[in-house]
Amino acid sequence: MPANPFNNFSDYGIGIGLRVPHYRHILEKKPVVDWFEIISENFMVDGGRPLEVLDQVLEQYRVVQHGVAMYFGSADRLSRTHLKKLKRLVKRTNTPWLSDHLCWGSVDGRYTHDLLPMPYTFAAAKTTAANIREASDFLEVPICVENVSSYAEFHASEMTEWEFLSEVVELADCGILLDVNNIYVSSQNHGFNPYDYLNNVPHHRVGQIHIAGHSKFEKYILDTHDHPVLDPVWKMYAHALKLVGKTATLLEWDDRIPTFDEVHNEALKANKFVEKQVQNAAA
Amino acid sequence: MQKRWTDGSKTSAVAESFVKPNDRLSSFERLEIYNRVYWFRVLDCLYDDYPGLRAIVGEKKFLDLATAYLAKYPSASFTLRDLGSRLEKFLRQEPRWLAPNEELGLDMARFEWAQIIAFDDAALPQLTTDDVLDTPPAKLRVRLQPYLSLLELNYGVDKFLLAVKKREGDTLRDEASNTFEAMPQKKRQRPVRLPKRERLHLAVHRYDNQLYYKRLEPEAFAILSGLKQGRSVEKACLEALAKTRRTKVDWARQIREWFHDWSALGWICPAKK
Repeated sequence: MPANPFNNFSDYGIGIGLRVPHYRHILEKKPVVDWFEIISENFMVDGGRPLEVLDQVLEQYRVVQHGVAMYFGSADRLSRTHLKKLKRLVKRTNTPWLSDHLCWGSVDGRYTHDLLPMPYTFAAAKTTAANIREASDFLEVPICVENVSSYAEFHASEMTEWEFLSEVVELADCGILLDVNNIYVSSQNHGFNPYDYLNNVPHHRVGQIHIAGHSKFEKYILDTHDHPVLDPVWKMYAHALKLVGKTATLLEWDDRIPTFDEVHNEALKANKFVEKQVQNAAA
Repeated sequence: MQKRWTDGSKTSAVAESFVKPNDRLSSFERLEIYNRVYWFRVLDCLYDDYPGLRAIVGEKKFLDLATAYLAKYPSASFTLRDLGSRLEKFLRQEPRWLAPNEELGLDMARFEWAQIIAFDDAALPQLTTDDVLDTPPAKLRVRLQPYLSLLELNYGVDKFLLAVKKREGDTLRDEASNTFEAMPQKKRQRPVRLPKRERLHLAVHRYDNQLYYKRLEPEAFAILSGLKQGRSVEKACLEALAKTRRTKVDWARQIREWFHDWSALGWICPAKK
């Protein structure tokens, strides 16, 4: 929903990821961009060029933080070191909300650097929600948790993924970063109807939407973020907008990154769906 | 993915015990997707971070070396930036991965890690006149910037790496890549001639957020090393000069010039209080 507690009552439009190959273009040409999403971990450093670039971007643009290594779904406690570094960054960027994933990715101090799927159990939901609450209390900024794309499911699961996501966000009282492409990828890999997912999450908790491209292989789809958004995902995005209203939307393009203009133009295609939704809502 | 689990049982059987198959992929195959993505991601990171080491040992051997390193020392940090933090330790334990260029390979691994530190390690406030006022040299202690590395080397790895990077083209790596479909691409290029043995003292640092390496004279290196170890300015200088064989140098003037340069480069910081 636009302007809700989970995006700190902000009314952000279409954004793109801040990526290294575009730094020079952004700092020199100063293109008009509604907002940038940064990967928190890329800027949780102690000095040097990354922070210099970030500070220059912050002078001109709105920035929202998106993490990939909090691992809310971990059975281990959240890392205090990670939280402290993250909080320093939150103060620097003044991000209106912060997101990370409904996943795990580390155990016993070893990291996979991946977003691993979880068994959808009530026990896992309780632990995950507790981690999100701890992070939210420490960071003092609204949190949105993102659904991941996945390639495996577990015998231990007691519910569907969308039921699990709903359970977690209600227990944690947090927002949802609804990744429409991830829903599509997972639906194809696991054989469920993606519209069941979209229709059955708590829509009032959606603070942000992700759209992205993916790659099709013979027996599965991989969430590669290296293509334009495909038609089925655009259709799902349009449906999501009907359910949640005009919501901050971010195009993810993280690999084989083309020019800034190409990425930005792809993101701005979302506007036609947003405008249609606004018209329909007004009618 | 390894065919046997840690307890010797078949990995496929273990996978079946907790991963559901679907109509296209077995449990093992579904787990294999994650295994493949993991190795592509971490190997690609080391591939990008160590172009010099790659050029020394060769592409194929580098991938084998990197795989062995990560199997022994999996990532222990939330950031891929730290992936190579124990590579020097690994190569000292298993120098066979660098054969027949063990010493050169170690020099390069240390040099390339120093660049990672120089890129984004912390910067402390620089030393000012007020910090040193009225403090005699015998009592004056200073610190060096955390991002500054001092390396005593046996090969001209700095010039070699510049040649390697010029050959490859210095493409930037995007850390936000989500997943990978293929192993890092092997590039067919004319090999750069390996450097000859050459005793070298190098400072790896940053200035204005750009990476630099600076060759140092042995006495300068010794002074900086002494300061880094907590010696007073006087003691660091005296110990450095005690080792030198160069007698026809105006050392007072030379040391003054060095400190002036190091201050201008921002290397010198007040000692911890």
